[in-house]
Amino acid sequence: MTVTIYVPGDSGALALGADKVAKAIEAEILAHGIDARIVRNGSRGLYWLEPMVEVATDAGRVAYGPVSAKDVPSLFEAGFVTGGQHKLSLGDPEKIPFLAKQTRLTFARCGITDPVSLEDYEAHGGLTGLKNAVKMIPADIVKQVTDSGLRGRGGAGFPTGIKWKTVHDTAAEQKYIVCNADEGDSATFADRMIMEGDPFVLIEGMAIAGLATGATKGFVYIRSEYPHAIAVMSKAVEVARSAGVLGKSVLGSSQGFDIEIRSGAGAYVCGEETSLLNSLEGKRGVVRAKPPLPAIQGLFGKPTVINNVISLASVPIIMDKGAEYYRDFGMGRSRGTIPIQIAGNTKHGGLFEVAFGLTLGEIVDEIGGGTVTGRPVKAVQVGGPLGAYFPRALFDTPFDYEEFAKRDGLIGHAGITVFDDSADMLKMARFAMEFCAIESCGKCTPCRIGSTRGVETLDKVAGGIEPEKNLALVTDLCNTMKFGSLCALGGFTPYPVMSALTHFPEDFRPVAVAQAAE
Amino acid sequence: MSLQPASTDIATRAQSVIDEFKGLEGPLLPILHGLQEEFGYVPSETVPVIADALNLSRAEVHGVVTFYHDYRNHPAGRHVLKLCRAEACQSMGADAIAAQISQALGIGFHETAKDNSVTLEPVFCLGLCACAPAAMLDGEVIGRLDADKVEEIVAEVRS
Ligand SMILES: Cc1cc2nc3c(=O)[nH]c(=O)nc-3n(C[C@H](O)[C@H](O)[C@H](O)COP(=O)(O)O)c2cc1C
Ligand code: SF4
Ligand code: FES
Repeated sequence: MTVTIYVPGDSGALALGADKVAKAIEAEILAHGIDARIVRNGSRGLYWLEPMVEVATDAGRVAYGPVSAKDVPSLFEAGFVTGGQHKLSLGDPEKIPFLAKQTRLTFARCGITDPVSLEDYEAHGGLTGLKNAVKMIPADIVKQVTDSGLRGRGGAGFPTGIKWKTVHDTAAEQKYIVCNADEGDSATFADRMIMEGDPFVLIEGMAIAGLATGATKGFVYIRSEYPHAIAVMSKAVEVARSAGVLGKSVLGSSQGFDIEIRSGAGAYVCGEETSLLNSLEGKRGVVRAKPPLPAIQGLFGKPTVINNVISLASVPIIMDKGAEYYRDFGMGRSRGTIPIQIAGNTKHGGLFEVAFGLTLGEIVDEIGGGTVTGRPVKAVQVGGPLGAYFPRALFDTPFDYEEFAKRDGLIGHAGITVFDDSADMLKMARFAMEFCAIESCGKCTPCRIGSTRGVETLDKVAGGIEPEKNLALVTDLCNTMKFGSLCALGGFTPYPVMSALTHFPEDFRPVAVAQAAE
Repeated sequence: MSLQPASTDIATRAQSVIDEFKGLEGPLLPILHGLQEEFGYVPSETVPVIADALNLSRAEVHGVVTFYHDYRNHPAGRHVLKLCRAEACQSMGADAIAAQISQALGIGFHETAKDNSVTLEPVFCLGLCACAPAAMLDGEVIGRLDADKVEEIVAEVRS
């Protein structure tokens, strides 16, 4: 029987040499005349173990990692095609604590299946949600999504079902589903992992959104920094089209739905939904004032659902297992699971999908295992470049939209960057302002000009020039940006700046004073 | 030495790219991506051709081209090295790596080496934040950059 060997084709694994590993394995297969094939799966999201190679044995899958090309001959000597012991043996991947502790709903198949095999997708429960949706009236699909409690995973946490209902209720001859795959936040890679590792779940989610709202056309706007995701998504759309999942009739139903893949052009602000719509239309990615809501006048002025990748990819399981099943996970008004991305200076960097409610400390210390440098954790930034820096003192904050807001922070797209005690928080505050200046769409003065003034003022603080006066100026500036900006780029940049200043004031003291105190 | 194609040639090649994408809904970004792929940058000579084809003003097209970080107005070096400058990479020493690369190549960000071997560009996140610091060399992703990998990259772009 042909043995199947899995070597991830996920870009995180590629960045760590997965292609070279695959080549080396291929060479060994040929040299030994072994009956085996290589599948380029997605990543399971345990990046400290990537490239993590798996073999399907009679006793289930067996993992090895992190594998480099030079380990491959010894793996074959150890008989790894039948699960033989080797110094890189990890055993059953699902028993690795990092995976065993997770609740994988949205990422149920990621890293397990061949990403572009629709047969594999179906064999692992794929398309069940869409098949159910085809038999339902649109209003009932919308209701099921609403009842699940699913909130947008792109950052704002707006209830997905309510957005869909507006589009459903707005009559128009053309409606659109737009998937926001701009994933520009540092520390986030969940969208990328899904697109590279299980693209059909996103396609299925979008098709369900189409059936629910009467939209017949979908766009996936993927950032240009993700060429691999663009390639896999494009391939998967073709496969779905030729299998009748997409096209003039979705799975034989009376409604059609098709998807086009589009590439961004390196502008962070295009992740903001109205800027993204302008960009899709071929305009400058300038943010639009709301109203009108995109749900009423969105792409080309037509009613448009715009949702994040993970929001859409979470819909198939809701349509498969039911609203209650999904809603029963989580806490408070944060229902279901959230794929937490642990990044930066962490021992166990990767994707951890779990019900809402873990504390930040559990995530950083227990799951992430502390820093990779072995030094104490000083700060973690939650929610990307517009998210706050949390000190250890706030590690009891539960992962929940409202709980984070109470502490002047945000979950955002659920990315967490860990910093050790060598981090200079004044420098990080300056970077937040600098990033805002680079990426501002230019529409509002506080964001466009204020961010540059912020950089200059923080430079003065760093240089010891009238620090107290200049810090007061930064605080004032942050207030102006917070209340005078149209979107969260200018409006939320104060979060990282002010949290750094509030929680780590010692980093903002004049150099001379700081030295004298030591 | 002039490796720049003559402008009539540019217009013809631009036209065929435009024709390929013109039928799409909202075709401007796909066209600009296509042009950058064809020429390695978006030549200013193509702006009136696009404007004409899409019934836009030149100012509108110019405004779009200049809004996006991806589009270059002049050719890049033979290799393009993008280094991630965002927070997760910073937490793993990206700034020191950037300084090392910059020194080895003798160029700063947004610059091209005198021998035209490489252009160094900043990028804000490659989605490789759990394998930081990260870079992309001619579309190939590289994670966990360290002094050895930097040396390999420098050797590769010089070869
Ligand atoms: C500056 C800025 C950048 C954003 N970037 C993204 C992004 O990359 N991906 C995303 O899904 N949402 C992003 N958002 C949020 C979107 O505006 C919007 O809330 C989201 O696409 C809605 O989808 P959801 O309800 O499924 O979350 C961004 C917002 C702002 C202000
Ligand atoms: S806050 Fe900044 S990015 Fe947002 S609309 Fe205003 S200028 Fe544009
Ligand atoms: S922050 Fe560098 S790859 Fe994400």
